[in-house]
Amino acid sequence: MSRPGILVKPYQRLKLEQVEQIHRASLSILINPGVLCFNRNAADIFGDHGAEVLPIHQGSADCWLLKIPENIITDAVQAAPKVVRLGARDENNCLILNGQEPRVHFASGSEANNWLDVGGETFISKRKPDYEVELPVFRVQKGTVDRLAKAARLCEHLDSWDSFLRPVNIQDDDITDDNKDVNKLFASLNNTTKHVMSGLTELSQLDNVVKMSHIIAGGEDRFRENPIISFITCLVKSPLQLVDDTTQTSIEIARRGIPLVISSSPQGGSTAPIREEGMVAQINAEILVGIALTQLVNKGTPVLYGSVPVRARMDDLYDSYGVPEFSQYNIDCVQMARYYSLPCYSTGGVSDVKVPGIQASVERLFSHILVTLAGPQYIHYAFGLLERTNTFCPVQAVLDNAHISMVKRFVKQPMVTADRISESLEQVRKVMGTSHKLYVRFVRSVLRSGEITPPYPFESKGMVDETLLRAQKQMDEVLSLPPRHIDKMTIDEVFQQVPGLLTRLRDY
Amino acid sequence: MAEDVISLIRENVIQGRVTQDDEGFDEGMVGQPGVSELTEKALARGISPEDIIKRGFSEGMVVVGQKFEAEEYYLPDMLASAEAVGAAMEILEPHLVKSGIEPKGKIIVATVKGDLHDIGKNIVSILLRGAGYTVKDLGNNIAPQVIVDAVAKESPQFLGLSALLTSTRVRMGDVIQALIESGLRDKVKVIIGGAPISEEFARSIGADGYGADGFEAVRVMEALSTGVESGEGL
Repeated sequence: MSRPGILVKPYQRLKLEQVEQIHRASLSILINPGVLCFNRNAADIFGDHGAEVLPIHQGSADCWLLKIPENIITDAVQAAPKVVRLGARDENNCLILNGQEPRVHFASGSEANNWLDVGGETFISKRKPDYEVELPVFRVQKGTVDRLAKAARLCEHLDSWDSFLRPVNIQDDDITDDNKDVNKLFASLNNTTKHVMSGLTELSQLDNVVKMSHIIAGGEDRFRENPIISFITCLVKSPLQLVDDTTQTSIEIARRGIPLVISSSPQGGSTAPIREEGMVAQINAEILVGIALTQLVNKGTPVLYGSVPVRARMDDLYDSYGVPEFSQYNIDCVQMARYYSLPCYSTGGVSDVKVPGIQASVERLFSHILVTLAGPQYIHYAFGLLERTNTFCPVQAVLDNAHISMVKRFVKQPMVTADRISESLEQVRKVMGTSHKLYVRFVRSVLRSGEITPPYPFESKGMVDETLLRAQKQMDEVLSLPPRHIDKMTIDEVFQQVPGLLTRLRDY
Repeated sequence: MAEDVISLIRENVIQGRVTQDDEGFDEGMVGQPGVSELTEKALARGISPEDIIKRGFSEGMVVVGQKFEAEEYYLPDMLASAEAVGAAMEILEPHLVKSGIEPKGKIIVATVKGDLHDIGKNIVSILLRGAGYTVKDLGNNIAPQVIVDAVAKESPQFLGLSALLTSTRVRMGDVIQALIESGLRDKVKVIIGGAPISEEFARSIGADGYGADGFEAVRVMEALSTGVESGEGL
């Protein structure tokens, strides 16, 4: 069993001819100007397989210019698995990501520093002192292990949230670079039975994290069958630079054969061309280099084509997620991944604004709908992210869960069959024989079967907008549901064998 | 045995099944008798119409109302149950007359001249029938004189007028004026409803009652039923 996701009929923004033009442009970029590489091992690996490697002077760091021939890329694309299985503590929650099937799954993302709580407060009108109204108020707090665990519990119980990619940066006083990875992974794994994806802060912690995952999965062999964690690495700094440390991390993860997202996030207008054809040609080249490296290190390493293209704001050159170009870039990248039959890790659902509300809903819904329509296998950033990924808001995540379930209904495939048409004709004839001429009777079974959309879950009686307060109430209800922790014996073993875990995490 | 039939009627009212061809919420109900067939069966077994109404229909509708309040039922569920009761009430009608039981009241409903929208009127009709009223539906786009003639002929206690358009709601006032001119205004309580209607508008044209939705229409009817005797109104 695996999570069903939603199978879509993909929206093809680019014609096949345009996809091929961009593909050729990416190959051309990899030869001229080529890629700057700040990691010696990667330069050697590419050199050993036929790339031209030219040492160049780039400040004080060692750097090589890689000119990567087409055959390295095409061989790597061929070698990379077309179907990637992301496991889960509860195997019913695993994800099958098939690069040739546009079945979309939704995940959180980022590693936001801020956590935004929403509460209600009563206000009195200055003009009419007897008029009181309860309105949402917001409180920014810093990300902590406790809040990360809370986010994981939320993920566990929200139906549209398919995979947990740590949305909160843990900044507790007792968290250091050396113990951060094991604690964030443990807090996540202990609070959701869904797939857990994460970046790695310290390469030195990789083996501890892997050891912990082996224990929780039931041993190394079981982990191979059911990889309950996967990693995301941004080995490319746009434009076209392989960063030393994250490149090394990617090499080490690939050596261990653990599923890995090769992610690149250029910004149109600053670190990539602003026009889509230039942006997509560059990001595609950047992702292909990363994928090639993993396959050269360990042929068959499960990888996801990780596209996170954004556009620059024109006032301050920060990322803008609310602009239409953001969705256009992402849709194009989904098509590029499909061209290679590789599972795509795409991006949608972030808002530029800092708090939930009208602007947040408008901005995120565009990409939620459009990027889903493109048919990537995995959409990250889809839950709770505000302020251009700097803030995670659990109430926003609850809203996103509801909105994504509506998006899934919107994109689901039509079910027009001869039997269903016969049923419809029968209804028409029956209703025309009544005095009231209403079809309401026939709504009931369809409504109960879940085939049609239930009422908006945050709607108030009287059509007053109480969305945020109602979502906050639903969040409290969800968080009061019993957690599905790892069993005590396994937790004991994890704490015995994995150094750096905070003892207070046993309480979550 | 009688209790079994009454209990089946109650259950089928809750399930909103008019006839044996209708689905219910539970699997496998198609082919089982609905409220119409069960009402016939109850009469054949000599169960009194009063028992059928009170212990079958009314108790069933109380449960339906509770489920609606608890948001377990949606409006289509409520309407399906009301439709089932309404259909069965038509079966009972001749027996009620024989037994000397007075119906709750009679209402003529119509969508006014120039307006073809009748969903709201039809919903109200179903709910009123389900609540035990006799409903005569004249249809939509009905001229004032046709309505006045029907009131003269049928002598209902109530007249329900519906309009969806701001441009046609003024016709409601025309109907009331025509009733006055025909000397019938004091014989019938006029209740109006529809999207552009408000209580204020209802007062301005001299209507007796206003219902914001189908449920309120039933409540207003119930209140005016008492008011018909006591002379209360808007």
